Amino acid sequence: MSRVVFSTRDLTKHYQVGGGLFSPPQVVRAVDGVTLDIYERETFALVGESGCGKTTLGRVMLRLHEPTSGQVIYRDQDLTTLNDKAMRGLRNKLQIIFQDPYASLNPRMRIEEILAEPLRTHGYGSPEEIRERCAELLDMVGLRRQFLRNYPHQFSGGQRQRIGIARALANKPDFVVCDESVSALDVSIRAQVLNLLSDLQQELKLTYFFITHDLGVVRQFADRVGVMFLGQIVEVGPAEDIFKRPLHPYTMLLLSAVPVADPHQRGRERPIMKGDIPSPMNLPTGCRFHTRCPFATELCAKQEPQPREIDGRTVSCHFPLAA
Amino acid sequence: MAQHNETVLSVSDLRTEFHGGRGHIRAVDGVSFDVGRGRIVGIVGESGSGKSMTALSIMGLVPKPAGKVTAQSIMLDGTELTSLGADGLRRVRGRDMAMVFQEPMTSLNPVRKVWEQVGEPLAIHKGMNSRQIRARVLEMFELVGIPEPKARLDAYPHELSGGLRQRAMIAMGLICEPKLLIADEPTTALDVTTQAQILRLMLELRDRVGTSIIMITHDLGIIAEMCDEVNVMYAGQIVEQGNVFDLFDRPSHPYTRGLLASIPKTTEKRTDGRMPSIPGMVPNLERLPPGCRFNPRCGDVMAICHEAEPPLGEVGGGHLARCWLHSRKADGPAPAAGAVL
Repeated sequence: MSRVVFSTRDLTKHYQVGGGLFSPPQVVRAVDGVTLDIYERETFALVGESGCGKTTLGRVMLRLHEPTSGQVIYRDQDLTTLNDKAMRGLRNKLQIIFQDPYASLNPRMRIEEILAEPLRTHGYGSPEEIRERCAELLDMVGLRRQFLRNYPHQFSGGQRQRIGIARALANKPDFVVCDESVSALDVSIRAQVLNLLSDLQQELKLTYFFITHDLGVVRQFADRVGVMFLGQIVEVGPAEDIFKRPLHPYTMLLLSAVPVADPHQRGRERPIMKGDIPSPMNLPTGCRFHTRCPFATELCAKQEPQPREIDGRTVSCHFPLAA
Repeated sequence: MAQHNETVLSVSDLRTEFHGGRGHIRAVDGVSFDVGRGRIVGIVGESGSGKSMTALSIMGLVPKPAGKVTAQSIMLDGTELTSLGADGLRRVRGRDMAMVFQEPMTSLNPVRKVWEQVGEPLAIHKGMNSRQIRARVLEMFELVGIPEPKARLDAYPHELSGGLRQRAMIAMGLICEPKLLIADEPTTALDVTTQAQILRLMLELRDRVGTSIIMITHDLGIIAEMCDEVNVMYAGQIVEQGNVFDLFDRPSHPYTRGLLASIPKTTEKRTDGRMPSIPGMVPNLERLPPGCRFNPRCGDVMAICHEAEPPLGEVGGGHLARCWLHSRKADGPAPAAGAVL
């Protein structure tokens, strides 16, 4: 196994919401005790439903939000102990590509300024060197150099996402969080951008932390997968194993909910999860999933399952499937 | 498309044009299709393909005067919609045909109780009093599987989850027992597990109530799970039309083939680690290429594709495709087989 580049240890992020003169604030446990290891040059996909905390986890890992407790370790440095200046010095190695290619580019800046900004911030070099690097970045993401003079509104969604990728890669990062980076794109364009990300990973030896709800993308591109439910990782393991034989009932139900683009498979056995995600302000006792789990017992309602190792995977369930 | 015993909706040569500051576009350009009773007909396409505009045009909801809708005929169960005025359409909308939109939060009024909104069509079309409406809304909540339906009647939209809101919207769409329900990306804003619940609900309702459904989506997976017939749209036109099994087994338009290939599948991993994609991007409707609108992105492009627009021609068994690979130009030379540029 190659070496670990990024880890979290018992990472939490709690938010206080509401509260007034006479009512105490409530606590949302958006990220609640996440321990993960991400290996060099892998694509680690984090999947889960909206509100499970996956975006918050990505942000806390890069310290875009401050964690409530726990550790974030990047190449043997605990990021939570660094002061702002030291953290800024590391930012060029840790990058993020956002979801919405319309909201994440400043509409008043030309593409050249958008790409030059991170280079200047990190003291890349002379104006000529910066200009040359901007042109190089456009080549890298498959856009023409003459686009440097254009503004974001002159581009399509797919092209803007390429610009967002170019900006993230400007300072040769090491670890890139892709937060739903292809979700807003049409299917024919999404495949182009995914191929680009995959080529760049090879070329630049990148490690991706890929946050997505699109399980098809995960199957095609991820090496390992973490499944998140209500602030916790309930299953982690190699992507192929998880898709072929999910161990956590939540993983299984999530996978079976994806529509299959083959009308001949309509008759297949297809369990459907009941109900809605519980409120993160008012968590169920015991296993957080037990209110929706078809296999839940009394034990699940009482006692929270601890993560355990099964066949190279980590699963938090009292009764893992087909183990 | 195959004829069914009963056609609920028949759309013929629908055209929707917009005149704006920057010129003139045809968002929908000669769309024709039928919906049989109790059938689910899909319209699939990428953004800008005209799929939502087709639905809004049928519903008479295209903003005026910017948009202009014309059609040879839009026949809904014996009523010619094109000859109804605005008032006539208003009487049909919500009663004989209803629409469910993508975002249930923005289609509900946040300061009115859910039952009042879901029951509004009954007040408008059936002149029911509020006691009758409440009772009927309760029945509908039970039908669409809203848990604790009685308690939810007096809820406000923000007190319901996304999935429950969309169930309430479907209840509202079906409350007057319309002949046709148009669902425009009804699950796109929902999580995959909630999506599965809503899609199953729609299938059950079709079976129990017999409503015909037009399902508009960008997701070929949803088409494969739900639809009887499919229309694939590209740049304002239907480029392929057929039975769902035919279309997935024998996709005949290069665009349909490209779309099917570029879906990242959950069922198996590609061994080469690369996704097939369609090169280029959806054309700007203001500046369509001459000839076939797909020709700049097509891997099978021939000389004729740059010269003339292909007709929507038969490829067998009622399956249609708008492609010169399958059609001959009436007054010109037929493309030589394998004459690929």
